[in-house]
Amino acid sequence: MKFIDFIFYCFSFILLFSALRVITARNPIYSALFLVLAFFNAAGIWLLLQAEFLAIALVLVYVGAVMVLFLFVVMMLDINLDQLRKGFWEYLPVASFVAVIMFVEIILVLNHSYFNTKAQFIASDVSNTELIGKVLYSDYVLPFEVASIILLVAIIAAIALTLRGKKTHKAIDPADQVSVQKKDRLRMVKMNSGGMKKTNIRSGKK
Amino acid sequence: MITLSHYLILAALLFMIGIVGIFLNRKNIIVLLMAIELMLLAVNINFIAFSYFLGDIAGQIFVFFILTVAAAESAIGLAIIILIFRNNRSINVDDLNKLKG
Repeated sequence: MKFIDFIFYCFSFILLFSALRVITARNPIYSALFLVLAFFNAAGIWLLLQAEFLAIALVLVYVGAVMVLFLFVVMMLDINLDQLRKGFWEYLPVASFVAVIMFVEIILVLNHSYFNTKAQFIASDVSNTELIGKVLYSDYVLPFEVASIILLVAIIAAIALTLRGKKTHKAIDPADQVSVQKKDRLRMVKMNSGGMKKTNIRSGKK
Repeated sequence: MITLSHYLILAALLFMIGIVGIFLNRKNIIVLLMAIELMLLAVNINFIAFSYFLGDIAGQIFVFFILTVAAAESAIGLAIIILIFRNNRSINVDDLNKLKG
């Protein structure tokens, strides 16, 4: 039992330290990498709580997909760090004030005896993954479908936002055709010398 | 002996760090998104701790859905950041004054 306590404190200390580094690191790359470390330690804590499926899902989905996305975006953007860091510590007093008040309030709530419960193990002879699967596909099948639709919307939205259409055809955009102005197509040329004008009219009549 | 309060206090501390991060990184949208991820992680730790100590699997199901929605949110958020950078050549929040709000 002592060893599990030690593991818990290890994981939580590294988790809090890396979270602090996420918000204070100068370079966003370091922030993203420390966030990866924080997710790994959170996965370890979830393993202590016997949520194996979610711990592995956190590592696979978050570290494997979302954080790689973050890293790609950070690397693609050319960020002016000096401008972003100007006045960085300016709001620290306000921030710590708000944070300390919220923390004290949370501690006041947590001191209630209701939270001194002993662990009630989920009584089942199947694994955590199987248990989640059984509940997910029976009781929570409608939210599960909604989650799939949310993911579909996210895919379409992300592509639609960032896609720059490549022009592979010669058709004119109807919006351009409708919004065309007279001055775009017609150029008025001022002609001088009246003598030339008469000959033009005559030749037109012929 | 690790009790439920240990996990809840850990999650509260993580949530506070997320709030302070939003205050400090108010100019950098990317780190702002990361601070939001930290706060979501704290909430997930709460859910899983309650699920373990109250003996109910529903908490883990909720964490599953929170993970799904958070992944979608960060994907769309990063797409919007790319658009902002493409139009403004900067991700400084102070430069986002096109709407004159």
